[in-house]
Amino acid sequence: MQFDDAEQQHEAAALGMWAFLATEILFFGGVLTGFVIYRHRYLEAFAEGGKELWPWIGTANTAVLLLSSFAMAMAVHEAETQGRRKHIARYLLLTALLGATFICVKAVEYTIDWHEGLIPSLNWHPEHLSHPDQTQMFFFFYFFLTILHAIHMTAGIGVILIVAWQTRRPDFSSEKKTTVEMLGLYWHFVDVVWIFLFPLLYLTA
Amino acid sequence: MSENIVQPELPLQRLNYINHDWSVWSWINSRDHKRIGVMYLLTITFLFFLGSLPAILIRLELLTPAPNLVTREIYNRLFTMHGVTMVFFFLVPSIPTSLGNFLLPMMIGARDLAFPRMNLASYYLFLAGAILALVSLVNGGVDTGWTFYTPYSTTFSNSAMTPMILGIFVAGFSSIFTGLNFIVTVHTMRCPGMYWSRLPLFVWSMYATSLILVLATPVLAITLLLVAAEHWFQVGIFDPKLGGDPLLYQHLFWFYSHPAVYIMILPSMGVISELVTTFSRKHVFGYTFIAFSSIAIAVLGFLVWGHHMFVSGQSMYAGMVFSVLSFLVAVPSAIKVFNWTMTLHKGSLVLKTPLLYALGFIGLFTIGGLTGLFLAALAVDVHVHDTYFVIAHFHYIMVGGTMMAYLGGVHYWWPKITGRMYPEGWGVFSAVLVFFGFNLTFFPQFILGYMGMVRRVADYDPQFQVLNVLSTAGASILGVGFLLPLCYLLWSLRYEPIAGDNPWGATGLEWKSPSPPPELNFETPPTVDGPAYDYDTETIHQEGKKKHV
Repeated sequence: MQFDDAEQQHEAAALGMWAFLATEILFFGGVLTGFVIYRHRYLEAFAEGGKELWPWIGTANTAVLLLSSFAMAMAVHEAETQGRRKHIARYLLLTALLGATFICVKAVEYTIDWHEGLIPSLNWHPEHLSHPDQTQMFFFFYFFLTILHAIHMTAGIGVILIVAWQTRRPDFSSEKKTTVEMLGLYWHFVDVVWIFLFPLLYLTA
Repeated sequence: MSENIVQPELPLQRLNYINHDWSVWSWINSRDHKRIGVMYLLTITFLFFLGSLPAILIRLELLTPAPNLVTREIYNRLFTMHGVTMVFFFLVPSIPTSLGNFLLPMMIGARDLAFPRMNLASYYLFLAGAILALVSLVNGGVDTGWTFYTPYSTTFSNSAMTPMILGIFVAGFSSIFTGLNFIVTVHTMRCPGMYWSRLPLFVWSMYATSLILVLATPVLAITLLLVAAEHWFQVGIFDPKLGGDPLLYQHLFWFYSHPAVYIMILPSMGVISELVTTFSRKHVFGYTFIAFSSIAIAVLGFLVWGHHMFVSGQSMYAGMVFSVLSFLVAVPSAIKVFNWTMTLHKGSLVLKTPLLYALGFIGLFTIGGLTGLFLAALAVDVHVHDTYFVIAHFHYIMVGGTMMAYLGGVHYWWPKITGRMYPEGWGVFSAVLVFFGFNLTFFPQFILGYMGMVRRVADYDPQFQVLNVLSTAGASILGVGFLLPLCYLLWSLRYEPIAGDNPWGATGLEWKSPSPPPELNFETPPTVDGPAYDYDTETIHQEGKKKHV
């Protein structure tokens, strides 16, 4: 109703999504600034914290997430070119599946951390650590950042599933092309956040 | 003259955004930017009066040097409630969400904002945030001050922090959605002929404000999330005992909260630009300079947050850089003041209520801005930091600036929003009352602060009593000045004459539409074929007509 034509609507949606991603960058930016400052200040303790993590799990998860982004890129490509609804749905479901895998792996990792007594404040057993307070801070940032990331992924998976369901409607491809594109932007952004988190958290050691 | 002939009764049955559907559901589920703007207007006006209640108690307490009306603990909660409500739930959303929502699409000739559903969602987020803050108030309130400085707020304060933090967090996302909506709308929804160089200055200021809303608010959101996490888990992010740094909190907090000052003042500058040109009946002086000074303020506003931390243990060199940058903000601000003055110069002034508020704004904002330079000077700031000088300074900006512009804007666009005029005599009277009440309240506080009366303390040295009594007396006049418009504006809804489409003879697309506007804003899709504020050509045109007659 508010738009004159589809082109204007597409332009508005794209600009809106980019502005939203700018907001997101600053949202993560605030806490990343804190992380970088403390990492600079407590280099040893943060390195020690990084050693307690499981880099190979993180690496595997990075691969899973990159694959999901590839599937998303294929969904966007399909929506922009041929627009076959079944293909779009398949790629979207694959994206969601890989995203869910990532979250499951993360949950397993959290469980291991719990058993090792690495949860700040709730289950914190720093007996073997040389800088317990500062390393606790590292783990606080680790959980804060990864949980924040996981919340973004969960929201993304939810919307992906809704859009995948909507592909059943015959008028989908013409109307919802923009939605798939915007979803792609968001999903890639969440992916990029992880690309920053992975080296900062796992590879500092 | 034929203008004195009684106008025929305007066709009231003409459909507009109010009367096309009277049901309650059609309001609470409305995607119409005008209705959402009106809902915001009512909500924030309510919150404004809620936020003034603690201010009344504060002023009454400060009548006497000893804390005998409320205890010191209650006093802390009072000024926190006043600050939080006014900053986060009135000043930040005030003009953008009410007047901005209503006018921005109309001013650029659009049927609605780009994302009407998101606009409604932002209203309900705001409402949820306000309710959470009220929950905190009912649970005893917060005693940290609106700045929530750590480690007091995270470790020592045993007040209702969690609902308060969540409330501001949620309301922050409402701001982000509003800002995002405005940015996209200005970029993509302008009507044919509405180039960027023809945008009304109110739209420019909304655009600059939106940039800050979108880029600064998320930092506040994440900071509050960190404070909440620290409050719950006590891992020491901001606690020096465990290796954390309280100064980091201040950096993150002021990275939002200083630009937030410009979120509060930029929209009012936009309103003033509209009022000054309309009531000078003249093309605005230096359109491009006013437009780009808004953007310059938005950009510079991001670079000056450190001036809140001159005495917090920030490095001296950082302090010097922040001091210089803070002085730079004065340049675009002064450009605006000079341009308004030049617009008034040799204008055909019409001294109606909105212009009185605008003139008040220019004077008070100038005092507030210049005392800001005192505070930006490192050595002076050490002397007056955390005194009533600071309180007076930012009230001159926020009440003398934003509140005056808000009232002026509400009067100016009242005929457009409601279709009725407001009573001019009462309008003038209350504008004058607000101006004098305000100065009597806050000017003594400059002197008090300079003499060394510290802020946020319930008791003070008896030598300060006279000035405090003056200030309280002024506050009661100011209170009446704020209550009067509430009464007569509500009264006008029924008893004042019908306004007509363009009671001020103003340019601008919003005046080309009927009052109140129809659901889709315009009866015929508007186009623009000239610059904004084209009063000169219009006057010439009218004069030409007269000659021919």
